[in-house]
Amino acid sequence: MTWHLVVNVAIAGLLTGLVYGLMALGLSVIFGVVRVVNFAHGEMMTIAMYATVTLFAVWQLDPFVAVVPIAAAFFVFGYLMQAGIINPFITRPEHSQFMLLVAVAIIMVNGLMVSFGPDARNVQVDYQLESYAIGPILFDKARLLAAGMALAASAALFAFFRFSLTGKAIRACADNWLGAKVVGLDVKHLYALTFGLGSACVAVAGSMMILLVDVTPVLGPAYTLLAFVIVIVGGMGSMAGALLGGVLIGLSEALAGLFIQPSAKSMISFGLLILVLLVRPQGLLGKKA
Amino acid sequence: MTSHFTRRRFNTALAGAGLATALSPFGIVRAQGQKLRVGVLLPRSGVQGFIGQSSQKGADLAPAVLKEMLGVDIELMNADTETNVDTARTRAERLIQEGAHVLVGPFDSGAASAIAQVAEQRGIPFVINIAAAPQITEQGYKYTFRNFPTSIDLVRNGLALIGDLFQATGTAPRTAVFMHVNDTFGQANAKAIAAIFPKLTQLPFKIVETIAYDPAAKDLTVEVSKAKATNADFLLNVCRLNDAIILRREMVKQRWQPMGIIGPGNPGMYEDQYYKTLGKLSEYSISNVPWYHPKAEITRIVEKQFNKLNPKDKMMYHALNVGYTFEAVLIAADAFKRARSTDPKALTEAIRQTDIKSRMMLGGPIKFNAKGQVEGLASACIQNLNMRPNVVLPASAAEAKPVFPVPGYKKA
Repeated sequence: MTWHLVVNVAIAGLLTGLVYGLMALGLSVIFGVVRVVNFAHGEMMTIAMYATVTLFAVWQLDPFVAVVPIAAAFFVFGYLMQAGIINPFITRPEHSQFMLLVAVAIIMVNGLMVSFGPDARNVQVDYQLESYAIGPILFDKARLLAAGMALAASAALFAFFRFSLTGKAIRACADNWLGAKVVGLDVKHLYALTFGLGSACVAVAGSMMILLVDVTPVLGPAYTLLAFVIVIVGGMGSMAGALLGGVLIGLSEALAGLFIQPSAKSMISFGLLILVLLVRPQGLLGKKA
Repeated sequence: MTSHFTRRRFNTALAGAGLATALSPFGIVRAQGQKLRVGVLLPRSGVQGFIGQSSQKGADLAPAVLKEMLGVDIELMNADTETNVDTARTRAERLIQEGAHVLVGPFDSGAASAIAQVAEQRGIPFVINIAAAPQITEQGYKYTFRNFPTSIDLVRNGLALIGDLFQATGTAPRTAVFMHVNDTFGQANAKAIAAIFPKLTQLPFKIVETIAYDPAAKDLTVEVSKAKATNADFLLNVCRLNDAIILRREMVKQRWQPMGIIGPGNPGMYEDQYYKTLGKLSEYSISNVPWYHPKAEITRIVEKQFNKLNPKDKMMYHALNVGYTFEAVLIAADAFKRARSTDPKALTEAIRQTDIKSRMMLGGPIKFNAKGQVEGLASACIQNLNMRPNVVLPASAAEAKPVFPVPGYKKA
């Protein structure tokens, strides 16, 4: 086994991991603030992938352009979903929230099946098959651009929560819900904004992911599960943890495929999950409850 | 009210009934009024959705063709196995409950094994259209029949054709990397290659590495990186459709240009969707697979009906799927005609006695051995040229000359 084979595989894993990280970031943000676990997360990403495919097919919109209206639409969709459907469940038992979001997920999968059929779809942009070479090291262009977009979107989200007044207010809600209400913050509105932001995150991830994989309606549950693994490994509610978890899972899957067996990739992800749960139950960057 | 049903009339009616009863062993009165309900199980959604839908076209055209050919009425009862073994099992159960007289399908070895168990339990004949795992017809099943080569036969035919290809093109590659899907079909093929390949000493190459991958894989970056690193002369690939597309794209991304890609007996690279999705990248891929006889009379009839039902499509892109699925329904219809009954036992016995000489697919007559397997099925070497599958070997059936190594690829 040559060193450049290992480096090539590691680079592909790292770049894919960044897109995974952005997807999981949406889940982590929603859980960190609203304390609701979005069991329809992967399905929402699948919808974003189909939206990108549709915009490309109808108007030849490149995914890097299509991502703007899709993220905006998902923000509105997420806001309305939180305000209209999820808010009444905030104070209900967790199993009620679970059933609600699983039902939403099932509706989404079946809606996609009815609308698009079972066939795999993708976008065929000019640069999809291109790669940059530095000696024996190859950088898949689409993967590199997708990872760059994931980093940019993550940085924007970090900046929003760190520097904007609304972001600070949302963090205040996450830290002390009662205190936030006492000082007059509109908690329900802020929750809806957070769900909207999480949805926009997953929309960006979906628009980028379509450059890497073909989409089918049944893809969602696998990504929901993957997002959970990443968030638990990184630390529930930790934004940096989600990105780190994504990179770790992407890298470990790629290297496991290389050193063990390609078909053992998922096994390694779940092995990592069990290890983290045993050694550091709050996740790598999570806070102890 | 006076009854007009006199003793003389009663005797006449009795005589008529007696005549009908006397004829009934021949089934004339009973079978002519009956329809054969054929339960068609195919993966019309999920990972194998494209191939399932392609195979469905072979079933859809069968009733009209067989009505014309054999004069029998067929009612199709379609069920989607969703590329899932458990779903295949439950759908088979449901079709039987809903009155299917015979089951046909399911383009997948895993699903075929599950359906065969249901068919045995319920005593309903099951005719496999496409599924290659040898163990399906090694279980001693009484109701399961297969008109498709086992993976051992597929691989034996496929490897022999690889030798013919190298001879025809004057090439002698020294190494191959073998990649295969890690499902029932892929594993059966891998085992067959491991068993047969060492005995074929006339083949000039050795397999330097074997790489198995998940059939539902969404990304084959690692797998292709490993294959490329072997620096093998060509890629020997047992794939399905979706993974074949992903794999081909990844080869281009990673700038890997072996002498060619050869499938030793698997679907994927001659499917309609392979051409549609990959465009020019689909060119030159080679598949050594069972194929239809382009000049057979029955092929002409089937193609006519195919064009009628699918005016925007061409049968050549669905050849194997349509051909074997049609033949599976043909076997059931032929048995129904001879049995003159929909009774499962009579149908099963009639299927066992099948001897269809005029057929669509290449090979000998459709005749089942004691295990329910048709023997002597042939393969052809199919190469994608000008965005369509072309028979390039055997020379007697060739539509074009084989191209190997393929243009733009490194020379041996």
